[in-house]
Amino acid sequence: MDYEVVIGLEIHVELATKSKIFCGCTTEFGGEVNTHCCPVCTSMPGTLPVMNEKAVEFAVKAGLAMNCEIAEFSKMDRKNYFYPDLPKAYQISQFDLPICKGGYVDIDINGKMKRIGITRIHIEEDAGKLIHDPHGKGSLVDYNRCGVPLIEIVSEPDMSSPEEARKYFEKVRSILQYTGVSDCRMQEGSIRADVNLSLRPAGSTKLGTRTEMKNLNSFRSVFNAAESEIKRQSGILRQGGRVGQETRRWDDDAGKSFPMRNKEEAHDYRYFPEPDLVPIILTKERIDAYRESLPELPWKRFARYTEEMGIPGYDAGIITASVKTSDFFEEAVKYGADAKTAANWIMGDLMRLMNDAGTEDIPFGGKMLAELADLIGQGRISNNIAKTVLSEMFATGGTPSFIVKEKGLEVVSDRDELARIVDKVISHNKKSVEDYMGGKEKAMGFLMGQVMRETGGKANPTMVKAMLADGLKKAMEP
Amino acid sequence: MEIARLTIKDISRMLRNREASAVEITNGFYERIESTDAKIGAYISLCREKALEDAANAQKKADAGEGGLLNGVPAAVKDNMCTEGMATTCASRMLENFIPPYTATAVEKIKAEGAVLLGKLNLDEFAMGSSTGNSYFGQTKNPWDERRVPGGSSGGSAAAVASGQAVFALGSDTGGSIRQPAAFCGVVGLKPTYGTVSRHGLVAFASSLDQIGPLTKTVEDSAIVLNAISGRDQRDSTSMETGIPDYTEGIDGGARGLMIGVPSQYLSDGVSPGVRKQIGEAIKAYEKMGAVCEETSIELADYAIAAYYIISSAEASSNLARYDGIKYGYRSSGYANLTDLYNKTRSEGFGSEAKRRIMLGTYVLSSGYYDAYYKKALRVRRLIKNEFDALFKKYDLILGPTAPTTAFRIGEKEGNPLEMYMGDVFTVSVNIAGLPAISIPCGLDENNLPVGMQLIGKAFGERTILRAAKAFEMEFPFLISEEGGRHGL
Repeated sequence: MDYEVVIGLEIHVELATKSKIFCGCTTEFGGEVNTHCCPVCTSMPGTLPVMNEKAVEFAVKAGLAMNCEIAEFSKMDRKNYFYPDLPKAYQISQFDLPICKGGYVDIDINGKMKRIGITRIHIEEDAGKLIHDPHGKGSLVDYNRCGVPLIEIVSEPDMSSPEEARKYFEKVRSILQYTGVSDCRMQEGSIRADVNLSLRPAGSTKLGTRTEMKNLNSFRSVFNAAESEIKRQSGILRQGGRVGQETRRWDDDAGKSFPMRNKEEAHDYRYFPEPDLVPIILTKERIDAYRESLPELPWKRFARYTEEMGIPGYDAGIITASVKTSDFFEEAVKYGADAKTAANWIMGDLMRLMNDAGTEDIPFGGKMLAELADLIGQGRISNNIAKTVLSEMFATGGTPSFIVKEKGLEVVSDRDELARIVDKVISHNKKSVEDYMGGKEKAMGFLMGQVMRETGGKANPTMVKAMLADGLKKAMEP
Repeated sequence: MEIARLTIKDISRMLRNREASAVEITNGFYERIESTDAKIGAYISLCREKALEDAANAQKKADAGEGGLLNGVPAAVKDNMCTEGMATTCASRMLENFIPPYTATAVEKIKAEGAVLLGKLNLDEFAMGSSTGNSYFGQTKNPWDERRVPGGSSGGSAAAVASGQAVFALGSDTGGSIRQPAAFCGVVGLKPTYGTVSRHGLVAFASSLDQIGPLTKTVEDSAIVLNAISGRDQRDSTSMETGIPDYTEGIDGGARGLMIGVPSQYLSDGVSPGVRKQIGEAIKAYEKMGAVCEETSIELADYAIAAYYIISSAEASSNLARYDGIKYGYRSSGYANLTDLYNKTRSEGFGSEAKRRIMLGTYVLSSGYYDAYYKKALRVRRLIKNEFDALFKKYDLILGPTAPTTAFRIGEKEGNPLEMYMGDVFTVSVNIAGLPAISIPCGLDENNLPVGMQLIGKAFGERTILRAAKAFEMEFPFLISEEGGRHGL
């Protein structure tokens, strides 16, 4: 029997607020244990939460960018359970009246658009972190993370392959970065996904039993976890077994998931409205103001790049996938770089440099790329030299003109100097000169290369070509 | 100087006229506490050294012709309000050694107005109870009859004011915890409109119902303290700007023309004859003063107790979950694992009433019971609010007894929590609807015990309440006795 894959994602995202959701403590990552916390974070008796308005704004913006309906009335609820990393013994979250509902995100699957539904987006607070003594002498709690604002984005079970799940996760991350809602640093866990996956006989409309894999923090692990779970579940089904509803832990290194020994399944969270906070009431005007303040989103930029700038679709897709790259491109064009040239540099050398360094950050602005392109355009450096300059810029952050000057990379256009080298090359390469005179045009290329070698690639190629032609003509004369 | 009788206004006058120094007055109160509190047991802790420092500062201000509304006035607060550097126990073993690093806004505000904090007052554990018998630190006694309870949960606050151990006290009221002990001890207790006083630093019992308020000897003092403690606080999202700059304004306006509704349910057979008689006298007094008293009805009164105990226990079960032995407070000494740590800590740290409410609250929020209990209680809450709204279209005030009986004997209701809960029948609906209400002394019953009368007003209608209460106080005066109690004329 053929099976159909059904996947839904729950994505938890840390919002880019400076302070925590219910107090003034910093949300900065890291920091000495228990230094980013106050009596509110540790839930001392008598303390009260006060809603960070910026967190509400970010949640609304995320919802708007994902085409959600924004609730004019929503409220916070308490989710009650005991655990040492949860100092109040309840998490302030949203239960039945989330701030955003019913949106969608479009993803590109082999050139075809697929729409993935968003069920809801709600606001909640993060918990602390347990630090277990490696010698088994007990556990300590770090409350720095307590009260860091999060949103949870719940999708419809609309994805039907690991590839779609990955694409959706990438797209959501891209939107969140564009809107400034989150910096989505994956290695800091500021965006993580839970994958809900089930199989059903092809053509069936009834959903099968799903499993949930928690806390996946890379695109690759979402893809791998989904693929592995499909194999596992179809294996069970093909043998006539039944998939059990459970939470599983994905082990990236092992490439396998394991059932979690988790009592959570039996948890009754006893949700009820948080009486310490007033409901979140948003006027139409305020929602509209947030909508208007949204920046240009990736699909809009994509359209502009392809339709107005003539950038190939594939390149535009890659450049717009990351707001950082896209902003870099925008800046380069703004400072006068030709759009296609800038795109080529990004797609070629810059992407390679970023991949090699394992980063998404370009250590200089688009303005610098424009300057580099300008140096080429003025004929002050060659294309090849420009590649060297770019590597140097990436490594040191220096400006192109500074690097060119300091390293003496400027094109040699000194006629006497070049004449001396051309003469030398002609007199030292008799064989090639003869070949050329014998009608082998290719020999010209070799002689050019020799001049370039002598000048460390800096010779002005147009001048060299003309001078070589002159020199050879003279040599041919008896 | 007869310490026990002093009001806020008296002290302001004495300091102004240099009849006594703030330090002398403060020392006088500590002497009073020393001579009476072994019998009464109102205080959990005292802070004499700091108080004398504060009194000296108050005196400096008085000498300079400065100082706030409460300058040099010795006061005490219920021990569920946080005081920086000073134990805040909630009368629980759980918080026996808890010293908060911050001060509750209401306490900060009375101190900012110059009040001298004498100490922290006893209560039912986590403010749960009507007798101040559920305290880890022992039973507070009623100054009128030491065999009887002072009421609760702000029993320490009421007993301290009634016995002249403090000029005024702050209490908290979740279902009557200021008004019922005020009634039992013959003092004035005001529960302001929900949102009037910041809850920041008040250890939460039931967040949607809790409200801090004053216990005083006179109605005017009540207004003065409310002036000091009210107002929007950024640290409490549920606090509000009331728009009332001065609660004493118009307080002498009399009762003429006031429309007062008296629900028949508030004078039913469940109310003791002595209480009924005194409330009857009060109605006559108001009519004599030119108010119109009319019998009316609160149909949902019967459901208020059930709704209150469901909602308050639900919130309490969540609010008290943080006492888990991990971060602060009591932790059991021997445990095998995390669950064991939780179980032992909470079993040993909480008293039986707190445990009862936690279990009740956990139950009504559990899936499968939520709709039948918690959700239904919220609906009743809405209906009770609506019913009050309708009544206040016609009436300025609702009048009735604060409690169905006067102070009962210590131990009398132990082992019968439901009977204890039923004593809150007239007070809880006020919290459910978020309204303001006052309890003022209304004479004595046949056992020479104070009867309390409750006046309920519309939201933010404190000034009408205070005006009517002051008029009644003038018509129906009380005196403070040599013994420290207050006896009707």
